Amino acid sequence: MTVRFSRKTNNRLPLVLAAAAITAALTAACGSEMYEVPVETPIPAKLDVTPFQRVLVAGFVAGGTEDVDTNQETVRLLRSQLRTKSELRVIDADPLQLVEVAQEQNKTATAAPDAAGSGDGPSVRTASAQESTAATVLPPKIKDEKDLEPYERLFANTAYWKRIGEEYQNPLIVTGSVLFVPRTSSGLVTRETEVYDGLGRRRVIPQRVYMERKGFMLRPKFIFIDGRTGATISSLARREEALYNAQNETPALSTYFELMDRIVPDFLGTLSTQKIKGTRVLLK
Amino acid sequence: MLLAGAAVAAASSAAYADSRTDAREQVEFGINVAQRGLWREAIYRWEKAVEIDPKYAAAFNDLAIAYEHEGQLDKARKAYEKAIALDPNNANIRQNYDLFKEINDRAVQPKDK
Repeated sequence: MTVRFSRKTNNRLPLVLAAAAITAALTAACGSEMYEVPVETPIPAKLDVTPFQRVLVAGFVAGGTEDVDTNQETVRLLRSQLRTKSELRVIDADPLQLVEVAQEQNKTATAAPDAAGSGDGPSVRTASAQESTAATVLPPKIKDEKDLEPYERLFANTAYWKRIGEEYQNPLIVTGSVLFVPRTSSGLVTRETEVYDGLGRRRVIPQRVYMERKGFMLRPKFIFIDGRTGATISSLARREEALYNAQNETPALSTYFELMDRIVPDFLGTLSTQKIKGTRVLLK
Repeated sequence: MLLAGAAVAAASSAAYADSRTDAREQVEFGINVAQRGLWREAIYRWEKAVEIDPKYAAAFNDLAIAYEHEGQLDKARKAYEKAIALDPNNANIRQNYDLFKEINDRAVQPKDK
């Protein structure tokens, strides 16, 4: 066994030496030697979070499919990511049900002009008052981006967010909206197809085929609020889509995580320094 | 006259060879310490190397990598650009620079998109 091994090695020796000689000659000809090194490039956070030591992922105005509790899942995912990948301390609290909060605020806002107007009788209700009431109609269920739009004003309510900030000793507040809706699409897509020729040789060729596809679209908008003032300091909006073959039964929750995986690095990059791993070539 | 010219050329070529040798020593030492994770020491060595020999493309390339590793992205970009200007056909320097640009673009991305 050993003899056979050494004989084999001896047979290969001239080849190995030749290869080494060629490499050495090439290196000498190029006049440089290369050393591959791993590097970790730190990318500074896009947002200055130095005034804050704690972060409250408060909750989201969530809409779309009912298969996933998007508010709950987004809060859980972002908190766990921030715990491991940022220096901010994450506050544990029940996620706010912001759809209900917005509807409550809306009721109060629309009831006030009604109460004021009732003393003077219905005749004095002006057109502009009617318009403002009409403008504050909040759809009870959020199915698409249009339904989500009227909820946006909740994030501009500085008094509300200041109160939340005071309750948790002025942290950085993360809130926003998340829309996770089913999507279907049909049309021509490029697929790789295996073909065998007369001699039985396999080839893979791109082919345009008509396909029915289904999946989900995820559109989160993260809003960063200063808990001391209630004012918005930054926002980050993203939109991602995953479409599968119509026969594919990928659960909604899996797709949600697949899409959030693409978005989370940007979210973390806003709040904390991220290290990007790679390799570079050092030269002599 | 000719003799004097040749002597000057030989002297300057010898001086160049000397400075390249000195710079190369610094570069080699820098590579050695960088491979052990001592990037700040490497930066010191490579800064010395480019000071000794400002036409040493490899030294600028290594310095750029070290700046990148330390998060000094502006300095890294300038060093890469200098390395490419000195050795435009070096595929390794170009590849390093392309990878750096990808990260640098991400760092300066707008918040809302």
